[in-house]
Amino acid sequence: MSVDIATVRRIAHLARIAVEDSEIEKMRTEINAILSFVEQLSEVEVEGVEPMTSVTPMVMKKRADAVTDGGIPDIIVGNAPATEDHFFLVPKVVE
Amino acid sequence: MTELTSLTIADARDGLTTKRFSASELAEAHLAAMEKARVLNAYVLETPDVARAMACESDRRIAAGKAGPLEGIPVAIKDMFCTKDVRTTACSHILDTFVPAYESTVTAQLWRDGAVLLGKTNNDEFAMGSSNETSFFGPVTSPWRRQGANTPLVPGGSSGGSAAAVAAGICLGATGTDTGGSIRQPAAFAGIVGVKPTYGRCSRWGTIAFASSLDQAGPFARSVRDAAILLRSMAGHDAKDTTSIDQPVPDYEAAIGKSVKGMKIGIPKEYRVGGMAAEIETLWAQGADWLKKAGADIVEVSLPHTRYALPAYYIVAPAEASSNLARYDGVRYGLRENGRDITDMYERTRASGFGAEVRRRIMIGTYVLSAGYYDAYYLRAQKVRTLIKKDFEDCFDKGVNAILTPATPSAAFGIGEKGGADPVEMYLNDVFTVTVNMAGLPGISVPGGLSSEGLPLGLQLIGRPFDEETLFSLGEVIEQAAGRFTPQAWW
Repeated sequence: MSVDIATVRRIAHLARIAVEDSEIEKMRTEINAILSFVEQLSEVEVEGVEPMTSVTPMVMKKRADAVTDGGIPDIIVGNAPATEDHFFLVPKVVE
Repeated sequence: MTELTSLTIADARDGLTTKRFSASELAEAHLAAMEKARVLNAYVLETPDVARAMACESDRRIAAGKAGPLEGIPVAIKDMFCTKDVRTTACSHILDTFVPAYESTVTAQLWRDGAVLLGKTNNDEFAMGSSNETSFFGPVTSPWRRQGANTPLVPGGSSGGSAAAVAAGICLGATGTDTGGSIRQPAAFAGIVGVKPTYGRCSRWGTIAFASSLDQAGPFARSVRDAAILLRSMAGHDAKDTTSIDQPVPDYEAAIGKSVKGMKIGIPKEYRVGGMAAEIETLWAQGADWLKKAGADIVEVSLPHTRYALPAYYIVAPAEASSNLARYDGVRYGLRENGRDITDMYERTRASGFGAEVRRRIMIGTYVLSAGYYDAYYLRAQKVRTLIKKDFEDCFDKGVNAILTPATPSAAFGIGEKGGADPVEMYLNDVFTVTVNMAGLPGISVPGGLSSEGLPLGLQLIGRPFDEETLFSLGEVIEQAAGRFTPQAWW
């Protein structure tokens, strides 16, 4: 399988990455190089094989549904690029 | 290297215990050596004030008879580990001003045991790379050079800064993370020891995530014993990582010097890839011979799905990365580029914050997880992963204790030499290491010799799940036979 320019634009938008028109063709070539490399997986017989979902066979541990931390809003917003009164600021999303 | 910076961790521990020198003297010697070695670009942040304060505390504890197992040992930390109040960036522009309010579990355990932080080391951006060339802070130059040449070489990657720092004597040990070979490959290039523990052995909490089902932290050191000492502190159960294993951590150092007599060592025939360099073949045969002389039985084994590990990895790892890196949105932390609306803000932030390789992998991951392609790519890759794991299980079921392979297909290459036009060329570096991550197994890279150009070459041992001890015993045999390798200081 290989991707065309429209698909590269669509993937970039899904991934929320802006791409310049000048970069698209190079990106398409690189993505296609990777896709053609992984293409060899199609020759593996996988009929009846379970997909791997856990690296180490173990039962998923569950912790108590309890509040263990809190009251630290200054720390939570400490690395944010824009905040006001402990809220994260973003561009207007509702007209 | 001065006397204090060329010590092993085991020697430094003795020197500190017998008060031949203080933790502060040891830290100062390293800080001075780091300053001289800045041309290597191994550190992206030096933390001399933290180092001095920690060393001072260590001296106090030593005097009080309360020394921890790593008391006063100066170490370097890959910039993928969050360190409280110390800038942590994953070597990405998108995080280049990030100062964590918390400490990763692995580093917290090192400090608990008395280690001293010298600084944060360079790596490929978000640990995506095999040469340390994708770092936002620029490439690391290897302390090694080809004989009679001064071409700058890569230290390997992604943990290139940690590997270079250990080899250059500007720390006694370092941490790394290994998702497809990011500890073992740079260890091989730098002529040092690197360990990727079994998945679940070290907590991933507070380590910046790349591919969560593959990522594992591990140590770099100048001897097998030193790596064992470091891993004992780094490993252990952590309730904050649900994939961390609830098993006691063995005294890995006790495995050093244990007899390997009667152990069955597998040589996988599928690793004889076409076009393997003659000197890599020779090294591999030499490694098998050393183990045989120590009493191990060498047997040929088959891992039929080996060749599919790398292509499956380049679906699974980008898929997980695209999901993990979705959090960098310019809202809660990191870089923000303003846009005309929120989507435009996200898109500009991520375009400007991520470098080319990271963008490429996010795009691949997004594509293979997108509607209509999930089954053909991601699901198939996860099935292939089951088959890769089964190959190893079949082998271990037949009584094989460990598997011996070369660590890399070649010695270190020059900066800018690879992957310019075709990203796959760079990916092929991890052909021998990536199977181990796919199966979640432990692996160690130990220096085996020098190439015809005078560059280090490494051997890899792959073990049964949670049997790192066997790897340390076997690694020690190789180290005793091969010796240790130190680059000539030119910086």
